[in-house]
Amino acid sequence: MNLLRLFALSIAICGFVYVPAVLGFAKVVVPEKAVGSLVTTADGKIVGSRLVAQAFTTDRYFHPRPSACDYNGAGAAGSNLSPTSPELTQRAEEIIATYPGSGPIPADLITASGSGLDPHITRAAAIYQIPRVSAARNMAPEAVEKLIPSGNLVNVLELNLALDR
Amino acid sequence: MNPLIHSILLVAGIVLLAWPAGTWLTWVLKTRRLDGIFSAALGKGILNPTSWKTYFLHLLGFNALMFVTTWIVLANQQHLPLNPDGLGNVPWHLVFNTSVSFVTNTNLQHYSGEATYSYLSQLTLMWLQFTSAATGIAAFAGLARGLAGNRDFGNFTHDIVRILLLFLLPIAFIWAILFAISGVPMTFEGAAIATTLEGASQTIARGPVAAFLAIKQLGTNGGGFFGPNSTHPLENPNLFSNILSMIAIAVIPMACVKAFGSLTGKEKHARIIGAVMLAFLLIKVTITVLPESAPTAAFANLPVAESANLEGKELRLGASTGPLWAVLTTSTSNGSVGAMHDSLNPISLLGPFSGMWLNSTFGGVGVGMINFFLFMVLAVFIAGLMIGRTPEYLGKKVEAREMALAAAGFIVHPLLILGGTALFAATPWGADTIHNSGPRGFSEILYEFSSAAANNGSGLEGLGDGTIAWNIATGIVMLLGRYLPILLPLAIAGALAAKPAVAESAGTLRTDTPTFGFMTFAVILFLGALTFLPVAMLGPILEHLIH
Repeated sequence: MNLLRLFALSIAICGFVYVPAVLGFAKVVVPEKAVGSLVTTADGKIVGSRLVAQAFTTDRYFHPRPSACDYNGAGAAGSNLSPTSPELTQRAEEIIATYPGSGPIPADLITASGSGLDPHITRAAAIYQIPRVSAARNMAPEAVEKLIPSGNLVNVLELNLALDR
Repeated sequence: MNPLIHSILLVAGIVLLAWPAGTWLTWVLKTRRLDGIFSAALGKGILNPTSWKTYFLHLLGFNALMFVTTWIVLANQQHLPLNPDGLGNVPWHLVFNTSVSFVTNTNLQHYSGEATYSYLSQLTLMWLQFTSAATGIAAFAGLARGLAGNRDFGNFTHDIVRILLLFLLPIAFIWAILFAISGVPMTFEGAAIATTLEGASQTIARGPVAAFLAIKQLGTNGGGFFGPNSTHPLENPNLFSNILSMIAIAVIPMACVKAFGSLTGKEKHARIIGAVMLAFLLIKVTITVLPESAPTAAFANLPVAESANLEGKELRLGASTGPLWAVLTTSTSNGSVGAMHDSLNPISLLGPFSGMWLNSTFGGVGVGMINFFLFMVLAVFIAGLMIGRTPEYLGKKVEAREMALAAAGFIVHPLLILGGTALFAATPWGADTIHNSGPRGFSEILYEFSSAAANNGSGLEGLGDGTIAWNIATGIVMLLGRYLPILLPLAIAGALAAKPAVAESAGTLRTDTPTFGFMTFAVILFLGALTFLPVAMLGPILEHLIH
């Protein structure tokens, strides 16, 4: 009998006190983060989440790290390939081939993240992509470089939004 | 900063926090102040202490209620509310595996959360993350009372209600709001649909993650809201959430050591235990963090800038998070991941593997201390053999019956791991489901059984483990790996409690001395190495040597 009451009490407290309390706090104090840190346009359309990588395939934009789940925000996954796997070598060769005549490629551009949704690239990886982006946009490389923030991590979506402005 | 120094500093910080947490936990397990309210709510019976047998039966009964409820919710989620993304029917064998997994505090996940389970199902699993963690701490409290010499082990219901309301829920609430502040979502809205700058459509899953995440980490549960666990940017958005998570993974298992000292009245003994556990933890951190700073072997002949191995890692968390997290999460039976373990360098896998194989330094909340107790019984026995005296532990003679139980308790873990691995490596059940070929494929099978037996929950996730064979086999292993290592030590403590105390003599191996610490350390090291070194050779070590 005691156990049944304990069982009911634990459900009541976890489900009907704890969860609403956290929900209420998040709604009031951090309303934008609570729904997924979404980025919207001036007319209210959702462009993505600043925390979640999305696919960029054209030359006009900076590309994120490769994704083992093709940037599926509802089915995230890593490659789960061993660092000794020949498949990793093959994937790296294919990506390196898209940057002809460039120097050594930053490792983050040829490695898939754990979630497949890593929103960042390194600053070196952003600089590495400047020639392609500036050519596709007919912009001076210096003008593109100015848009890259100074820290070591670059949020790809935010950088591409800055490019379009 | 050097990744090893950074890792050691973080571990030191968690130890400092574990001290007050252990004091708090001790108070929670002793306080009688709220007895009036609790007995009014739950019945007067909760104030009657029980024998170890009754205590264990209540534990099983409560866990059975948890299991049946969860099965019903998960199996019927398509007909139930809080399912905005319309997730459908889940096959029975996965429902079985998931229910067992969360009831046993394992959180092995043969599914991807955002694509499989509704918000109601996920919150039901969150409830299990609270109650299974409380179950582990309660079992530990019972054991400690028995070892302190009480024939009565306390009352299970009374312990659970105090652990839940006075300890786990308040701490989880603090962590949950900190996670929310860091950017972890907390919403009941369904997935967001975005139109990307290139005009494509992207569905972004979300949910009541912050509430789930807090107890996932604090209760050594480890089950992710999203498939890739704490590598997912909505489950671990930045360095702040990352450090919060790593603290939460280890703080309560460490606090249990402090509480063990206070509950048994052997504070110095507990300090020796803590030192041995910490030594093992730091060894594991070193042998994992250092090899993981080596570059990805597959890029050896390519024009790639110098870098640590970044496959399976998130840039915002830093390259050294993966290996440090891998050690913390396997040392504590947590099982959440901050990088994909299947993409760790071969030698780096030895840290996580040994964490799960020893499963007691520090081990899961409550149960880690229970597992360590078994090793201490073995240590005093072997020391007794060496000097030709009847072994004693905390003033009680350890005799044939206790040793038989301890030997059985020790053998369960390797038997489940090695037996299961042998069976699955030799048959299509396992051989057809591996993702990487060669020794890494073997490691995937070995890791899955190690994780299930240790109630850990992490995995080399390339493994195609959503099959009926995997779901049933790991389900059974999780059940045996949970309840036998609780039952047998409780039985030993029950037997010890019934004996008269013996006076300490010159021949007693005192448990509060460095000698005892070294003895226990050596016993754990040698028993662990004798049992698991052969399979370590076949998996990670072989993979390292042939590349």
